[in-house]
Amino acid sequence: MSELKNRMDLVCPAGSLPALKAAVDAGADAVYLGFRDATNARNFPGLNFDADEIRVAMDYAHVKGCRVLLALNTFPQTEQWSTWQRAVDQAADLGVDAVIMADLGLLRYARRHHPELRLHLSVQGSATNRHSIAFYHEEFNIQQVVIPRVLSLSQIRRVVENSPVDVEVFGFGSLCIMVEGRCALSSYVTGESPNTCGVCSPAKAVRWEETPQGRQSRLNGVLIDRYQAHEAAGYPTLCKGRFSVNDNVFYAMEEPTSLNILDILPELMKMGVAAVKVEGRQRSPAYVGQVTRVMRAALDACYQDPQHYQPAPDWLASLDKLSEGQSHTLGALHRPWQ
Amino acid sequence: MKLSIGPIQYYWPMELVQDFYHQAKDWPVDIVYLGEVVCSKRRDLRLIDWLTIADTLVDAGKEVIISSLALIEAESELLALERICNNGDFKVEANDMAAVRLINARPFVAGPHLNIYNTSTLKLLQENGAVRWVMPMELSAHSLAELQKGRPAGLETEVFAYGRMPLSFSARCFTARAHNLPKDNCELRCRDYPEGMPLDTQEGEELFVINGIQMQSASPVNLLAEVGQMAQMQVDVLRLSPQAKGMAEVVEAFDAARNGQKISDSTVSWQTNSEWCNGYWYGDAGMVKLPKPSEF
Repeated sequence: MSELKNRMDLVCPAGSLPALKAAVDAGADAVYLGFRDATNARNFPGLNFDADEIRVAMDYAHVKGCRVLLALNTFPQTEQWSTWQRAVDQAADLGVDAVIMADLGLLRYARRHHPELRLHLSVQGSATNRHSIAFYHEEFNIQQVVIPRVLSLSQIRRVVENSPVDVEVFGFGSLCIMVEGRCALSSYVTGESPNTCGVCSPAKAVRWEETPQGRQSRLNGVLIDRYQAHEAAGYPTLCKGRFSVNDNVFYAMEEPTSLNILDILPELMKMGVAAVKVEGRQRSPAYVGQVTRVMRAALDACYQDPQHYQPAPDWLASLDKLSEGQSHTLGALHRPWQ
Repeated sequence: MKLSIGPIQYYWPMELVQDFYHQAKDWPVDIVYLGEVVCSKRRDLRLIDWLTIADTLVDAGKEVIISSLALIEAESELLALERICNNGDFKVEANDMAAVRLINARPFVAGPHLNIYNTSTLKLLQENGAVRWVMPMELSAHSLAELQKGRPAGLETEVFAYGRMPLSFSARCFTARAHNLPKDNCELRCRDYPEGMPLDTQEGEELFVINGIQMQSASPVNLLAEVGQMAQMQVDVLRLSPQAKGMAEVVEAFDAARNGQKISDSTVSWQTNSEWCNGYWYGDAGMVKLPKPSEF
């Protein structure tokens, strides 16, 4: 295994056509995008594409050798089923390079009606082990799986060794600390969740207020955090708020920080990880361009000389500047235990 | 309608577990779910111990289902899951697709964490052996009605009708974090919290309850007032999630409600003296407590 030198794909987010162009120009191997509705997990105002825009996006990307993946990774409810079904049909008509999905019923529909469509299991599919991945492979012939950001490095190694399909891991961006696809914190407080509406801690439920105790962020009225004058305020995602447990106020679930795997790229490459994904379809074209550029440089350096690979200080510095909380972490990847 | 006791979400010591099910034998419940669903490091009871409890519950006339983990990462967890799926005597509640694969088309219960949001998914799971499904926490009565319309024949529907709701799972242990301990040396601190650790906002509002790697709603969901509505919707099973204290009263209240009886004074005080929520049922934020409307 230690000799294995595999070229990992860089998969980058595109919330808009300018962001897509920025990712393609900066060297992404694939970009992922979604329709402008609740069929994808970044259903934010002002983001995403209609079918005509996807055609333009595909033309732009394909000329430069970049694949286009379409995220249809929320869970349709019975009443709205036809919207999701139509989205799968449209994806097939458009000829996107793959569809990223999570819902069992929708995966079956795609397999039966569009057998030529390449299917990736979304991180929202919560596949954290080899049996789960094998189920989706046997049932729907998925070709690639995006694994949740909860696995340690050695667990990822086991998964890759035993997976019948290519494995994609998250490499940079906001960090879900809960198993994706199994988190209802957002809907508990706001009524909308990634699974049901494609949003987490939706912007319309956010309220900022200046008070004598400092700046405060609320989500549907619930106090998420309170900032001192010197503190940078972050987006009030529930899992990254400061709460009181046993009379201590702290980040009871997670600090606001970004995932960054630059330090362990050679290990991931040796394991046989097929693709590294950048989170952030809600981010600006400038952000997407910059992160893609750094990740491209890092992946190329790692591929050319894994033995002597080291993240360049300016890569880390420029990514930290873009990071939530201006800091980064390996997340679950650095857990020493099984 | 049948009543079920869901799996114990917390890490209770063996004596407490045994005592709980000793009482459950005499409760008017039809189904009991046993086993660990949250963390594989909770090993007071091994599979053989659960099966021993299962036998006593079967003798008391209960249907027993063995529940399984919602987050499965390690190879050791897959091996344990395989043993559960091959126990030979009892159906299994699957909470991860790994379990669905290992069950290999034998009859099983599709648990609340399998993400069943539409009838196509229901049909697929039924074809893979599901004989009952548990509605995900965040679905509403309206969504359930749609699912019931397209439900395959012979598939039972179960609703999480009472208890703190499991809302998320993580690789991190939040109980250990609150004690400044790494998860690999957690000292099994969650044993000290038989009802979980409260997590409040900085204003003192009760928001969540920390239960190891799981986050729960601070308020229990309580669909007692909606039992009649669920009967009309042909819900087959009402799930009551175990809590360390006062479980007998909860069972009593739901038993009365399913039989159309008047709810006793003690139950009324139990209902009015505690915080609870029902927002998901009405298509609202889960934490919301709505008065019972005449129709949904």
